[in-house]
Amino acid sequence: MEVKGKQSQEKKQGVLKRIAGPVVTAVNLDAHMYDVVKVGKEELMGEVIKIEGANVIIQVYEDTSGIRPGEPVSNTGLSLAVELGPGLLTSIYDGIQRPLSVLVDKMGNFIERGVSAPGLSHEKKWTFKPVVKTGQKIEPGAILGEVQETNIVHKVMLPPNAKPGTVKTIKSGDFTVDEIICVLEDGREYPMIQRWPVRVPRPVKEKLNPTIPLITGQRILDGLFPIAKGGTAAIPGPFGSGKTVTQQQLAKWSDAEIVVYIGCGERGNEMTEVLTEFPHLEDPKSGKPLMERTVLIANTSNMPVAAREASVYTGITIAEYFRDMGYDVSLMADSTSRWAEAMREISSRLEEMPGEEGYPAYLAARLSEFYERAGLVTALNGAGGSVSVIGAVSPPGGDFSEPVTQNTLRIVKVFWALDAKLSQRRHFPAINWLNSYSLYLETLQDYYDKEVSPEWNKIRSWAMEVLQKEAELQEIVQLVGSDALPESEQVTIEVARMIREIFLQQNAYDAVDTFCDMTKQYDMMKSIKLFADLAYAAQLAGVSPAQINTVQSKNELPQIKFIKDYKPELAKIEKQMDTEFNTLRSAA
Amino acid sequence: MKEYRTISKIAGPLVFVEKTEPVAYGELVNIVLYDGTIKRGQVLDTSDELVVVQIFETTTGIGRDSGVRFTGETIKMPVGKDMLGRILSGGGKPIDGGPEIIPEKRLDITGAAINPYARGMPADFIQTGISTIDGTNTLVRGQKLPIFSGAGLPHNNVALQIARQAKVPGSTESFAVVFAAMGITKEEANYFMADFERTGALEHAVVFLNLADDPAVERIITPRLALTTAEYLAFELGMHVLVILTDMTNYCEALRQIGAAREEVPGRRGYPGYMYTDLACIYERAGMIKGQKGSVTQIPILTMPGDDITHPIPDLTGYITEGQIVVNRDLHRKGIYPPINVLPSLSRLMNLGIGPGKTREDHKKVSDQMYAGYAEGNDLRGLVAIVGKDALSERDRLLLEFADLFENRFVRQGYDEDRTIEDTLTIGWELLSTLPVEQLTRIDRDLINKYHPKLKSGAKKE
Repeated sequence: MEVKGKQSQEKKQGVLKRIAGPVVTAVNLDAHMYDVVKVGKEELMGEVIKIEGANVIIQVYEDTSGIRPGEPVSNTGLSLAVELGPGLLTSIYDGIQRPLSVLVDKMGNFIERGVSAPGLSHEKKWTFKPVVKTGQKIEPGAILGEVQETNIVHKVMLPPNAKPGTVKTIKSGDFTVDEIICVLEDGREYPMIQRWPVRVPRPVKEKLNPTIPLITGQRILDGLFPIAKGGTAAIPGPFGSGKTVTQQQLAKWSDAEIVVYIGCGERGNEMTEVLTEFPHLEDPKSGKPLMERTVLIANTSNMPVAAREASVYTGITIAEYFRDMGYDVSLMADSTSRWAEAMREISSRLEEMPGEEGYPAYLAARLSEFYERAGLVTALNGAGGSVSVIGAVSPPGGDFSEPVTQNTLRIVKVFWALDAKLSQRRHFPAINWLNSYSLYLETLQDYYDKEVSPEWNKIRSWAMEVLQKEAELQEIVQLVGSDALPESEQVTIEVARMIREIFLQQNAYDAVDTFCDMTKQYDMMKSIKLFADLAYAAQLAGVSPAQINTVQSKNELPQIKFIKDYKPELAKIEKQMDTEFNTLRSAA
Repeated sequence: MKEYRTISKIAGPLVFVEKTEPVAYGELVNIVLYDGTIKRGQVLDTSDELVVVQIFETTTGIGRDSGVRFTGETIKMPVGKDMLGRILSGGGKPIDGGPEIIPEKRLDITGAAINPYARGMPADFIQTGISTIDGTNTLVRGQKLPIFSGAGLPHNNVALQIARQAKVPGSTESFAVVFAAMGITKEEANYFMADFERTGALEHAVVFLNLADDPAVERIITPRLALTTAEYLAFELGMHVLVILTDMTNYCEALRQIGAAREEVPGRRGYPGYMYTDLACIYERAGMIKGQKGSVTQIPILTMPGDDITHPIPDLTGYITEGQIVVNRDLHRKGIYPPINVLPSLSRLMNLGIGPGKTREDHKKVSDQMYAGYAEGNDLRGLVAIVGKDALSERDRLLLEFADLFENRFVRQGYDEDRTIEDTLTIGWELLSTLPVEQLTRIDRDLINKYHPKLKSGAKKE
């Protein structure tokens, strides 16, 4: 494969000199930065991260207990790369793309070390259907053929760094990923598999500005703070505020075609939950199990810290690969703070000069490099695809001024601020509507006008205004009580409460409410607006806020959330609302 | 075994040894003093020239003349069936006057990570008999749910009550308890032991005691020994094990002490930058394994310095564990036991353990509604202090009363009061029925009609 680059270099054997946790030093070893090496008699996998005279410093992806100075180290001469090809979907990998299911077979229920396992099955045969013909000229990244992987069609491509060429033979039939399916006239041979170094972004023809929202089915996200396909978002929040639930909701319901979910330094039981749940959940669009479009990467908090550092790169490389096929991919990284901590841990073992709060000085650069790999693109082969990146951030003490949150906010376009206060009162999703923002609102306006309703943008701004107004009024209420407010403002408080409780609150565990499409979101907001209009009119006509609060139909409105075929019920409620207000006004 | 007399430097708990044969990282080391006493330690850093050894006990008596023996193996814990009922030191030696443990196996105390693919999904509701846990922050088998407390609060009683009352309804298997004390006082330890003896819990318990005057560094291995034992009981013998670790704050202090001795770059408040990973390697050793019978459920206890939940110890813990139970000083001052504040408390696995067939169909929604009501009522207390009760609307007045009722009826219960989940939910509905029905927006109409004491049709006579 082309990426090997240093293929011609002889493999060199070196000797271990020092071991201090996950960082070891070798001597007498020819190495380049980020070469993958095998450490010790057990051949633990590691990566060169520093070269200092004759000393080669290596981070090891596995536990180093029991390794002694004097043991051998060998250099593979390759960069840390992932295997890309049919078989990625439905897989669950650790941080360095070892399939966890294979590891269970090889070493039982606990993760021992020194076991290598390829990312893809090299035995399984896939049915390959060519789309190029003999004699056809092909460019790098060209689609050679297709494999029906799950319900997703896997497009087999010429590697992006291959030179252009002319097809001499192209095969059709059942092949393993290693068998040659395409031969070019200059003699180059290609199997379905390709390897790509994880730290290098895959090239694209052009990066475009995102214009289509990633529909997530979550009202506060789609309705108030949307993310675009190919966009970036951050979810920072203290523990217990619902980062993981939000991430999982996005993984389940966002209308991306492929989902890559990275559990980076998080809880083991959470990954189990995803693993158990996803195969049973259906994609609202295709009706197929969600697992069929998902790749999971699980490097839990107690798995080796160096592999945690790599997991984020492994994930984004896989995401880019599917993007190059022309798919919309969304990538969730939970949590980027654990990734940053892994960098910090390794940096401190290297005795590097620390930056803010002990994080390495290159933290900001690494974060921006990572988020910059998101985007709406034209792939080399001309297909349009996107990678949307949604990173969770776990700020210590919930303090957003810490380095990881701050450096992330400088890059991402959407900020969903989780709020412990909201989660304490079980307002879920606990996203603070005053602090959050989306910079995609303007670019997405056209889409909403066309696809949802020309009224949508107006009604959205109206809701935001009400919520903003409520925040101001609440400050007064805190001091003097709500009865002291002018009547029209008492109505505003009531309307804001309805927006919060009916529209913003959403139950992730309710079979219906867990996903809410744009039409329903619009209809719900419209009904609240209808109530508001009627209430303000009634108030002007002399109806008191207390009387307005007696309107029964407004209490029926929350039930709409839990009804799948809600339209008849909603129409009934709206009609009743109209009647009730008429009665109130005629009495006034 | 070769003995080196090449110690070059001793600093805090660290001993630096020069010119050795190749020594393995993590190897167990014995240091022989002039009088023959042996101190144990572990290799932290190894190279041709220099080996750094961390001593688990005090370094008193170690000098440049002491002998150093490298054992060639990492620290192993002898485990066996007859450990139940035994009291061991924080270093794993019997201190109850009984015989040595007859080892059936010797296990590495670091413990490998459970492959996430092999994990079983926790789903069995554990009834602790405490309403604030069962009703609103449900514990399930295989969960790690810490108690965040403060100095002088009755967290030990809460932990003991859980250990005593915990059961899975409909299952006859009881829990084995592994209790690890780190740096607690002898008095506290006696209190635990007396309660274990009073209730007969000691028979199916393994106790590890590292007391306040025991070496701080030993605290680093105490929880690892306890969890290795727990994993053996759970995954080799098929038992359901409840692990109580107290006090994790002392553990973290010991970690900081070693970090400082090693002259590491400190993270927040002087705690080492790797504390998250280190704590994770303890807390993550809870769970179940697919196709196996046993389980490890963890209840670590920690005291928040200055009651500050953003302090690095509770903060990092909260990011790893599956929720937290927060013991609150104000409630304690009001004389409410158990003084659990449900607002900052959380159980992340609650939804897996409740609902139809496990507890009851209305459980989740009753809990949410109570949370919302209590949170709002609690906020109003601040307002009342300024404007007085009279300025409140009817709705707010009811919420305020709800908050008081919630604390007095739902939170408050006896130290030996063991409420079933039915009892807990009944109290919940009783409280909710003081609010207007239309305010119960988080519960579907059907459930309201079925369970609301004032509405349920054909209500049984109590």
